This record gives sequence, C-alpha cells and structure tokens, in this order.
Amino acid sequence: MELPVRVIPCLDVAEGRVVKGVNFLGLQDAGDPVELSRKYYEQGADELTFLDVNATVDNRSTTYDLVTRTAEQVFIPLTVGGGVRSADDVARLLGAGADKVGLNSAAIARPDLIDEIADRFGAQVLVLSLDVKRSGGRFIVTTHGGREDTPIGALDWVIESIERGAGELLVNSIDADGTKAGFDLDLISAIREVSSVPVIASGGAGSVDDFAPAVRAGADAVLAASVFHHGELTIGDVKRAMADNGIRVRS
Amino acid sequence: MSGPSVVVLDYGSGNVHSAAKALEEVGARVELTAVPARVAEADGLVVPGVGAFAAVMRALEAVRGPELIDRRLAGGRPVLGICVGMQVLFERGIERGEDTEGLGQWPGVVSQLESDILPHIGWNSVEAPDGSVLFSGLRDERFYFVHSNAALEWVLPPDGPLPAPRLTWSQHGGRFLAAVENGPLSATQFHPEKSGQAGLRLLANWVATLKGD
Repeated sequence: MELPVRVIPCLDVAEGRVVKGVNFLGLQDAGDPVELSRKYYEQGADELTFLDVNATVDNRSTTYDLVTRTAEQVFIPLTVGGGVRSADDVARLLGAGADKVGLNSAAIARPDLIDEIADRFGAQVLVLSLDVKRSGGRFIVTTHGGREDTPIGALDWVIESIERGAGELLVNSIDADGTKAGFDLDLISAIREVSSVPVIASGGAGSVDDFAPAVRAGADAVLAASVFHHGELTIGDVKRAMADNGIRVRS
Repeated sequence: MSGPSVVVLDYGSGNVHSAAKALEEVGARVELTAVPARVAEADGLVVPGVGAFAAVMRALEAVRGPELIDRRLAGGRPVLGICVGMQVLFERGIERGEDTEGLGQWPGVVSQLESDILPHIGWNSVEAPDGSVLFSGLRDERFYFVHSNAALEWVLPPDGPLPAPRLTWSQHGGRFLAAVENGPLSATQFHPEKSGQAGLRLLANWVATLKGD
C-alpha cells in the first residue's frame, strides 16, 4: 500500500514573522506564523515546515518561542530549519516542540554533524535540506540560500548524507524557486533514483497543476510557500488536483 | 479541574511538549516529570520515545523507568507507550545490527521494516480489531508515523486466564504492529499527538479509560 503524498506548507520566518522573496532576495512580510499554521492545519496540511531565514545566535529565542506556541495549537508534525549548527541546537528545537529539524549549510561545512545528530536522536528527526542548481551540465549544492556555489555534486551529497544518517531530503531547486513555473522535475527524478529515504520536492509551485508532475517524478511530499501564504491556493485545492490525477492524498 | 491526571515520562526523549499539550487538549491534567512518586500516583502514564532503541532504553534506565512501569502494571494502572515508547515494551530490539534487551512486557522482537524507502514517514491507515477502545469512533482514519523499526509480528503468549490483546496492524512494505491494547498496557507505533483530530480522539479514548479523582 502506498502512503498518501504529503502536502507541506513552508513558512519562511524571520524575527517571528513569515517572509517570502523571489530567488531568496527582496523579502516581504507575509503574516503571523502561528495564525498561518493554524489555518493550514485546518485546511488539512500534513506537516508544517518553518525555515528561519536569517537565524543568528542573537535571535534564536524568538524561534524557540514561535515553535512552542505553534506546537501548542497545531497537532501535526513540525519541522524547523535554519541556523542549526550542533546536536545541542537540535535538542533545544525538539525541546521547544519541533518534531524534525532541517539541516543545510552546517552539514556541508561539517558532514560529521549529520552522524552526531542521527546517533543522538535517530535518522527520523533529520531532514537534510539541499539548495540545488544547475551548473556546467550537472546539479550542484549551493549555500547561503543559493547565493554561493559549492563544488559538491547534489547526487553525491545525497548518497553521502543518507549513509551518514539523513532520514529525509528536502530538495529545493534554486533555479525554480520563486518562479511559479513548476517544480524542477529532472532534479526530483535524479534525486529519487539515488535516494532510499523520502524526498520532499520544493521550489517553483505556481498552480494546482504543478504538484502531480512532481509526484510522478518521484516526490513523496510536496512543499510550497508563497502560493499558500498569498491565498492563491489552499491545501485543499492542491490535494483535490492531485486526487483528480489519481494520486493518493489524505482527505 | 477534575480530569484524570497523566504523567508524561520526562527522560530526555525528544519532543515531549506536544504529547503533553495534546493530552491537555483532551481534558487530562498533565505533568511532565520522572519523579517516582508522581509517576506511581498518576491515573495514567505516557511513555514517549524517539531515537534509537538502545539509547531510549539507556535513558529509561537512568530514571528507573523499567521499575516504575513494572510497578504500575502490577497494580493494573494504565500505561501508554508511543513510538519507540511502544518498541521498548517488547523483549528485544535489533537496530543496525545492535541487539538490545527491552522491557519484555510483551514477547517478540522489534526490527527494521521491510520497505525500500525508510524511514516510514507519513499518514498511514490502520486495521483495528472489533472491540478496540483506542480506535473507537475512528474507522478509516489515518495516523502519523515516523520510524524505521517496528514489531513485525505478534508472538502469541501461551494460553492463559488473561483476555487476548487487541492488535492493530499497518503496512509499509510488509505489515507491522501499529498498536496494541493489552489490559492496562497500551501502545501506538504512530504519534497520536501529531495525528490531527484523529490522534486527539484516540488520546481522548485512552484518557476516558483512566479513573479521575
């Protein structure tokens, strides 16, 4: 039996507010995270993701507080990413009410961090987030929200991170992010081929018809931000469109 | 407040905040603690658990969890295990080749699910038996799972005077135990506290079995 495809709204948060920009630039205020989380929960979201887009040591307490207030009201899984640099950061987020943590740049800088987190909390808490773009005919991993390239091939990084203990992959296409032109289907299917863990597709959703192709390309879950925040689409719209395409969703 | 008292065992296992809040939402008076007297006195005890089987066992032992659970069950006082909190109730867990002794409340072994894609993450359906208390009013609902290991079979205990346990199954690759109801001891492999309205209803069903003050 097949699991229903999860629909996950992502809230990019900064200083306790939701923000969204195009290609990670020009951030705009898009609302109150707790209020939006409750709305998505009521619409049938399968999980929630918070991404702290400018996490620094100074403003972490704002994020912990936000996570706690959300987890008190919304009884679905909550993943929190952004600024996670140590296993102790993970312990604090889980303690605040997060179920999973997203790990990105810090894992690229020090891959052993993946092993440390998986050994202490289990692979199932660790969502490895990759910001991927095309470069020189292949997919490479970028850092700093897509602004800086690395020499690391995305597929090599996926294989290594799963071996080290990543429990899930959040694959964000920098090329597609914010364009609303649809998910990067080549990227999703390339990652699916080498991944033994669930794959969450992210970046590029613009209409209800964009989601089913991502699932056919191999996504176990689909993630989007701005189309939900601006009220263009509801979670229900996306699920109905997928169901009409023969894809199993949780009603 | 006259709701039953529930202790969520606080032994450093991941997100216990959500379990506590969900139980409060369905009317329990909840305390997060590992103080033995409080654990013993509560109307219900919830044993959460995330991470590796062996690590959870070590953490439980550090707060005398095995002894506290034994004592409650000897007195017929309800205990609910969640996720790895369910897995450790079995005799043994085998994870990444490491074979660890569990609490042995139930016979059998916890091992890796038979699927190409692991962990099993998402909202799965379950087959609950007739007469289930936990799943009362919850036909055709889905629950949130996030795990790679589970009890893949139920090893029947010898015939005895006790009523047969109620077993709820789910499937990911092969089938596995999603929940067990066995007298005062119940457990779910999924996270009811993360399973939306269906999960809250299941917790409400469990809380309703507890004797309040």
